[in-house]
Parts: sequence; structure tokens; C-alpha cells
Amino acid sequence: MILETRGIGKTFGSVLALRDVSMGVAAGQVTCVLGDNGAGKSTLIKILSGVHQHDAGTYLVDGREVRFSSPRDALDRGIATVYQDLAMIPLMSVWRNFFLGSEPRKGLAFDVAKARRVAREELRAMGIDIRDVDQPVGTLSGGERQSVAIARAVHFGARVLILDEPTSALGVKQAGVVLRYIARARDRGLGVVFITHNPHHAYPVGDRFLLLKRGTTLGQYAKQDITPQELTALMAGGAELEELAHELRRE
Amino acid sequence: MTTAPAEADERVAHVGLARRLLIRPELGAVVGLVAVFTFFASQSPVFRSPAGIANWLDPAATLGIMAVAVALLMIGGEFDLSAGVLTGTSGLILVTLATRFGFDVWSAMLVGLIVALAVGFANGMIVTRTKLPSFIVTLGTFLMLQGVNLGVTKAITGTVQVSGLRRAEGYDGAAAIFAGTIHIGGTSFRVAILWWILVTAVATWVLMRTRPGNWIFAVGGNEQAARAVGVPAARTKIALFMTTAFAAWLVGSILALRYTSVQANIGIGQEFIYIIAAVIGGCLLTGGYGSAIGAAFGAVIFGMADKGIVFLGWDADWFTFFLGAMLLLATLANRLVRRYAEEVKH
Repeated sequence: MILETRGIGKTFGSVLALRDVSMGVAAGQVTCVLGDNGAGKSTLIKILSGVHQHDAGTYLVDGREVRFSSPRDALDRGIATVYQDLAMIPLMSVWRNFFLGSEPRKGLAFDVAKARRVAREELRAMGIDIRDVDQPVGTLSGGERQSVAIARAVHFGARVLILDEPTSALGVKQAGVVLRYIARARDRGLGVVFITHNPHHAYPVGDRFLLLKRGTTLGQYAKQDITPQELTALMAGGAELEELAHELRRE
Repeated sequence: MTTAPAEADERVAHVGLARRLLIRPELGAVVGLVAVFTFFASQSPVFRSPAGIANWLDPAATLGIMAVAVALLMIGGEFDLSAGVLTGTSGLILVTLATRFGFDVWSAMLVGLIVALAVGFANGMIVTRTKLPSFIVTLGTFLMLQGVNLGVTKAITGTVQVSGLRRAEGYDGAAAIFAGTIHIGGTSFRVAILWWILVTAVATWVLMRTRPGNWIFAVGGNEQAARAVGVPAARTKIALFMTTAFAAWLVGSILALRYTSVQANIGIGQEFIYIIAAVIGGCLLTGGYGSAIGAAFGAVIFGMADKGIVFLGWDADWFTFFLGAMLLLATLANRLVRRYAEEVKH
């Protein structure tokens, strides 16, 4: 395991946002974190990525206990987070966005030629087909933007990639594109934490599944221990769905 | 990376030179520049003579230095309404210290620079710390400086101007560098034009070819996103406010050394002219987009209209009408260009 939590928890004032969650991700594997709105998914990834600090349990990176004070700390340990809103500037070109905050230098200047070339190469290496790295990011589709953000994290030495709902705002085809890049990042040896509320996106690409509900865990399952149907049922709360069906039935 | 240099994508083959030029933010300003020049040059032989060019380049230069700095700040997503009146403050400090307190010109200029940078720093700190709109914050500093300029000048001199800089020690040297003239082919050009070209060149290089340049676009485009990838957003913005202050000091000093006296109300109302020149040059009011050289072109349009109207013997009152029309046309043109630039071709 590159990254592991044991009985981790977090409270905000009197609110128990997360209780006793244990999960892990290994190199070359995808761990999916599933849960409905308010299940504690964002709190968990904010702890993993160094935005929040846990106040119960232990957080281990490479088997050693850590406590990050900032996202920069986590990044320095190779844990990169791609947020839903992506941290990209729509009016800036793809290559300017790609290197934003970590621009290569040549003397005093920003090595623009290198930035253009490397951005193009890295996107190709991930199999991302961008027409022109000079075009503004605002002109890319949602899936393409996610892909550029993933390629950027990979280029800057991420060992663990935390993806916050990368497919939730996308259509079926676009989501498929992003899932393909997740698989590609996994094949390059990265550990991926994939947050989603869609079991149909999670199951094909995931190796293990952590289910969250109301701030606590419903268990962590390896792929061979669970079928897509069971996952969906757990995720939606099978009993609740039946109840809903009953409720909506015509009199 | 051992990958061979990637060959161009076959789908970008149709992106010709024309489109590449068209999507530059300064296009509107260039078109305006050509149109305005053609108009005045065809009507007035003086306008197109070397002496005429030197004449309209001079107001373009002092305005241009400010417009370029303001453009950088606007690309960074902020306004500075105190920039105009700060040129007055810098000039007043220079002349007052040199004529009433026994400073030589160089030390008086240094004090002026320190005060200007302090004002810029304060603007930047207040904006980045409080997250208040810079429009309001710098409107506050604008009014405060306006009061200080008048109040202090009256208290010291009993009038609303300070003068007599020519007699101060070190005047000749400083005046040659900041307010002199250079002769090219029998025509004398103000040395301010060289300062303007230098400022524009440095600003363009910083914006397009340095890391801070990338950060300026980023903090103006989406500050939160920029911060998330490690861009020092607050430092970038404070540096931009200090750059505007530096430009105000430079222009204030140039004008004080040129006229050897400064009116206490100088620079008031200029802040909007700087913003207009920057917008004509392709800057978005919302930040994240624009160009330094475009702002310099915007300033040239101003200079040409300012003097051209006089050359044609028109009433100078028509200048503001012309200004408004240019602003509207330029912003419309820029919006069309940006839409075209952002169009996705599948």
C-alpha cells in the first residue's frame, strides 16, 4: 500500500463528518470511493490530500504515519488531487495551464518552447488527443479538461492520483474517455483513488471499493468479493430503493 | 523524454497565419491605430510630418507608460483608480522636497519612489487581505491622496502649486534623463518616448515569457484555481499594484522635471483614461486576458486623436466624443475576436 488509513475520523465542531474509515490504495491499482451526497467522500479526500487534518485514527504513506499541513505537503509526497472544478484557467492555453505554478525556466525566462513541447508529448503519452496545445482550455470539452489535469498530475511525479468525481458532470461517451485515462494512469504504475457516486463508472475500472454512508464505512471490498449488482444495491441502499418503489407505486 | 518531436496534428493544418494573428488580443487596437492614423494623416500634412509625429507621440508616451502598467494589473484581475493622482503625489514630493527642504533632485526622486511603492503596496495588501473589490479600495486611496496632495501643498506653499525645480541641485542631470529631447534627422523627440518603449518591451516580455507573466494571467483568470496549483496569488497582485505605482512615479517625475512645477490637482481623472487605453488594447474588464503592447497602441490612438483634432483646427471638446466612440468600437471588435478565437472547430 502506498497510502492507507486506519480508523480515520474528522469532526467539525459538533458534526461527525467522518468516523472510523479504513482504506488503502496500492501502486498500479484503483480504489473507488463510493457514496451518496453527504456520505463523507469530500471530507475523506480532503484529509488524504492535505486540505484537512484528521483528528482520529492514523494516516500512513509508504507505511509511515503522516500528518500533512497543506496540499503542497501531500504533493511533495507524490499525492496529487484533481478536483471536480479542475484548477484550470479557461482563457489560458493548454500548455500555459499544464505548467502553471511549476513553469520550466531557462535563465530568467519561462522556457516556452520546452513547455509547449513537453505538454504535447505528455498528452500524447497518455493517449490524449488534443488538436492544438495553443488553444485556450475553455475550448476543450469536459472530458478533455479532466484528461489534461490527469496528465499534468502524472507529469509532475504523482504516485497517487486522487480524482474527485471526474465523471459526474460528463455524458456517457466523455465519461468513457476519462475512465480510459484512469486505466492508463493505473497501467503506468500509479495508485488511483477514484471518488464517484456512480457504481457503473466505478466497477469496470476499480480493484477495490470503499463504500461510505453518513460519514462511516459500509466496508471495503475487493473486486472478486462483490458483483456489480451488489455494489449498486449497497450504494443505493437496497432496502431504501425497495421502500421507494413501494411508495411510488400507483394505488 | 525520448519521444521524437511530435509532428503537427493534421486537424490544426487549417489554422492559418491569418487566424493566429486574428486571435491576438491587441488586434482591435492595431486596426484602430491604422484607421485613426489614416484619417488624420490624409487630412493634415502636419500630422504626418516628422515634427507632427514627435508631437503626438509625446502624450502617447506618458499615457502609454501608465496604460501598460494598468493593463498588467487588469490582466491580473484588479483596477487601480489611485494611479492617476499618484503621478501628482510623486511629482509634488519631488518638487517640494527639492525646493523647500534642501534635497537634491535625485534624493527627492528616491523619496517619491519609496512613497509611491508604499502606496502601491498598501493598495495590494488591502485588496489581497480583505478580498474587497480593488475598485472600492483604490477609490478610497484615490480620494485620500487627492486630499493629501491639496492639503499638504496648501499648508506648505499657501498656493495649489509648487514650482522652481530648475534651481534645485542635480536638476540638469535628472532632466536630461527623464525630460530631455533627442534629435533624429532634425526632429526632436521627447526622451519620454524611449521610456515608454522600454516599459512596453519589458512588460511584454514579463507577460509572455516569464513565470510571473503566467501567474498574472492565472490570478486574473481564476484566482482560486491558480492558488490551488501553487501560484503565489497575493504576492503577484501586490507586485502588480507596486508596478502601477512605479509607473505613476516615473510619469510624475517626467512631468515634474519637464515643467519644473506641479499643480496639486494633477492626474485627477487620468485613471479612467489609463483603463480605457488598456481596454482598447484588448484587456478584459473581468481580467485574465489582454496585452501590454495593445495598451501601448491604445495610448498611441489617444495621442493621435488628442493632437490630430488640434491639427485639423477642430474644437478640442470633440476629443471626448471621439474617445467614447473608440472605446465602444474597440470593445466590440475585441469581443468578436475573442469569440472567434474560442470557437471550437471539430
